[in-house]
Amino acid sequence: MNDLLAARWLFGTSLAFHIVFAAVGVAMPLFMVLAEWRFRRTGAPAYLELAKRWAKGTAILFAVGAVSGTVISFELGLLWPRFMEFAGPIIGMPFSLEGFAFFAEAIFLGIYLYGWGRVGPRLHLASGVVVAASGAASAFFVTLANAWMNVPAGFAVLHGAASDVQPLVAMFPPGWAHEVVHVLLSSYVATGFAVAGIHALFLLRDPANAFHRGALRVALGVGAVAALLQPISGDFSARQVAATQPVKLAALEGQFRTERGAPLRVGGLPDVEARETRLALEIPYGLSLLAFHDPRAEVRGLEAFPRENWPNVRNVHLAFQAMVGLGSALALVALAYLYHRLRGKPLPRLLLRAVLVTSPFGFLALEAGWLVTEWGRQPFTIRDVMRTADAVTPVGNIAVPFVAFTILYLFLAAMVIVLLRRQIAKSPPASEVGAPAPAEGAL
Amino acid sequence: MTAADLLGGAILAALVLYALLGGADFGGGIWDLLATGPRKRAQRELVEHAISPIWEANHVWLILVIVLLFTAFPKAFAAISITLFVPLVLLLFGIVLRGAAFTFRTYDTPEDRVQVRWGLVFSASSVLAPVVLGVIVGAIASGRLAGPPEGVDPLAWLAPFPLAVGFFAAALFAFLAATYLAVEARDALREDFRRRAIGAGAAVFLAAALAGVLSWYDAPLVFAGLLRRGFSLPLHVATAVAAVTAFAALFRRRYRLARAAAAAQVTLIVLGWGASQYPYLVVPGLTLATASAPRATQVAVLWALAAGAIFLFPALYLLFRVFKGERPFSVLDRRPAPGPRGEG
Repeated sequence: MNDLLAARWLFGTSLAFHIVFAAVGVAMPLFMVLAEWRFRRTGAPAYLELAKRWAKGTAILFAVGAVSGTVISFELGLLWPRFMEFAGPIIGMPFSLEGFAFFAEAIFLGIYLYGWGRVGPRLHLASGVVVAASGAASAFFVTLANAWMNVPAGFAVLHGAASDVQPLVAMFPPGWAHEVVHVLLSSYVATGFAVAGIHALFLLRDPANAFHRGALRVALGVGAVAALLQPISGDFSARQVAATQPVKLAALEGQFRTERGAPLRVGGLPDVEARETRLALEIPYGLSLLAFHDPRAEVRGLEAFPRENWPNVRNVHLAFQAMVGLGSALALVALAYLYHRLRGKPLPRLLLRAVLVTSPFGFLALEAGWLVTEWGRQPFTIRDVMRTADAVTPVGNIAVPFVAFTILYLFLAAMVIVLLRRQIAKSPPASEVGAPAPAEGAL
Repeated sequence: MTAADLLGGAILAALVLYALLGGADFGGGIWDLLATGPRKRAQRELVEHAISPIWEANHVWLILVIVLLFTAFPKAFAAISITLFVPLVLLLFGIVLRGAAFTFRTYDTPEDRVQVRWGLVFSASSVLAPVVLGVIVGAIASGRLAGPPEGVDPLAWLAPFPLAVGFFAAALFAFLAATYLAVEARDALREDFRRRAIGAGAAVFLAAALAGVLSWYDAPLVFAGLLRRGFSLPLHVATAVAAVTAFAALFRRRYRLARAAAAAQVTLIVLGWGASQYPYLVVPGLTLATASAPRATQVAVLWALAAGAIFLFPALYLLFRVFKGERPFSVLDRRPAPGPRGEG
C-alpha cells in the first residue's frame, strides 16, 4: 500500500466512522427534546422515560462523535497538509463557526444530561433545543466546507497559493444549499429509521407498550417526513451536480458518451475499458429529464473530459445506485407509515416488520452518498484546483497509523454496540410509564 | 498591533483556557490513576462527579486552537502537522481513549472489574495526553523543527527538553486539578486533595527547574525569555507570587484562594511561553507574519471570534453556575456548610 492510498484509507475510515456519530448528533437531540416536550405537554410518563433513555444513548454516541471529530480536525493536517495550507484560509470561516456550534452542543448537552432536577424544566428543555439546533448548525458548517471542495469559489491562484480570498464567497459556493439540505435530511432519515427499527422490534413482541409506541411515533415521525423530502432534495442535487460538476454526474450515471436525450440507468456495471455501462435497465430520456428537466437536453459523457480526470466510475456508479435504491425503499416505508398515521389507523405488523428490515438502510444510504460525493470528486481534493496526490503528507509509513486507527475504531464500535444493547435491552416496566395504550388509535 | 498579532493572542488565550479547563480535566484523570488510601473510591467518585458535566466543553478549546491555526496561520499548521506527526497521532490516541473510556465507564455495568478496567484506560490516557501535549509545545518552542519540513527527522521531538516540558505539563495539570478538587471536596477527602496539591506543586517546581536548565542549550528562545527579555523579570515575579500564594493558601486551608492562585500561575506560565517565542509561531522557521493567511481571512475570523465569544462566555458561565455552585469562580471560602460534599 503506498502512502497516498494509506492516507486515503485512513482518512476515509476516520470519516466513515465519524459520520455515523455526527448524524446521530444532529438528529438524536431533536428526538430527545421532542419526547421531553411531549411529556411536558401531556404528562405521559412514558415520554419522560423515553427522553431520559434517549439522553443516555445520546451521551454515549456524542462522546464517541466528539473524540472521533477531534481526530478528523487533526488528520486534515496530518494527512493533507498541502491541502490545508492552501485551503485553510479559504474555508476556515465555516470551520471556525462550526467550532462555536460544537461549543454550544457540548455545553448544553452537559446541562441537559446532568441537569435533570438541577435546573428548571424550561431551562432544561431549552438546553435540549440548543443542543439540537447547534448539532444541525455543526453539520451545516462542515458541509459548506465540503461543498467548497466540490465547487471551489472565492479565491484566485497566484504562484500556487491562494490569493484574493473572499471568505464569505467561499463559504457559500455555488450549489451549497443542495448539499447542506441533503446532508441534514440524511441525518434525520438515518437516525430516525435506525431508532425506529429498535422500537419496532419491541413492538412486534409487545404491541401495546406505551413506551415503544411513543418512541416509534417520535423517531419515525421525523424520519419518515425527512425520507419523503429526501428524493425532492435529491432531484435538486442532481440538477446542481449536472450544472456544476459534470464529470461527477457522468460517473454516477455511468454515462460515457455525450448525447441528447440520455437514458437514466438503473443498476448496471460500468466497464471503463469498453466505455459502456452494461446490464443497466435504461429508462429512455430519463437522465436528460432528471438532470436538466428537458428530455432532449445534452448530457456530457465522460468522453468529453480528459481520462486522467475521471474518478473511479464503477465505484461512483455503484455507490450512487446503492444510495438511490436504499433511499427509495425508505421513502416507500415512510409513505406507508405516514398514510396510517394521518388516517389514525393502527400499524399493521407487516409495516412494523418493514420498519425493522429497513432500519439500517438510512445509515447505509448516508455512507453510500458520502462515497458518491468523495469518490466522484477524485482524482481531485479541490475540484480542478488540487489533486489528492498533491495534497498528501510527505511523512512516510502511513499504513502504520492506518492499521492502528482501524483497530481502535473497531474496538470503539464494538463497545458502543455492547453498551447500547445494554441500555435498550429491557423495556421499562408498565408501572413506570403508565398503563398500556389502547390497542386502537394511531401510534 | 496587526490582525495576525490579534489572532496569535486569541490562540494563546484559547490555549490558556484549554490549560485551565482541559488541563485540569487531564489532571483529574491523573488523580484517578493515583487514587490511594482508605478513600480511594471516594477520590475517584469525586473526580468523576467533578468532570462529568463539563469535560466535553473543556476539550473544545483544543479544536478552536486547531481551527484558528489552520485558518489564520496555514503554513504553521502544515509545518507542525508534518514535523510532529508522531506525537500528534499519540495525542489523538490519548484523547480518543480517554473520552471514550470515561463515557463507557459511566454507562457500563457498575461491576467492579469492568469499572476498574475502564478506569485504567481513562487514567492512563489522562497521563499520556498531557505528556505528549507538553512534548509538542516543547518541540515547537525549542527550534528543533528547523529546516524544510520534508528534510526533518520524524523523531526530532524526542529530546530532553520537549520531554521535560511533557512532564512539566502533566505535573502542572495534576497540581491544578488537585486545587480544584480540594474546593469541591469536604472533610477528609478535602485533606487528601490538599496534600496532593502540595505534592504536585513540589513536582511542578522540580519539573520547571529541569526544563529551565535544559532550555539553556536546547531551547535558546525560551531560555532568553526566562532570563533576558524586557518582560522576563516582571513575569517571573508575578508567577512566583502566584505560586507562593497557592502554597501558602493550601497550607492555611484557604481552598478557593489556592485554586485561583494556581490558575493564575498556569495562566502566567502559558502567557510566558507565548511571550518568549513571540513573534515566532514555529521556532525558528515561521513567525506570525510569515505564516499568515491573507488579511481578508484574518479579519473575517476575528469578527467570527468576536461574535462567537458573545455567545460562548455567557453559556460557559451558565454551565459552571449550574454544576459548580452559586459562585463558581469566587476566591473566598464560605464558612463550612453542613452536607456531605460538593457544592450542592
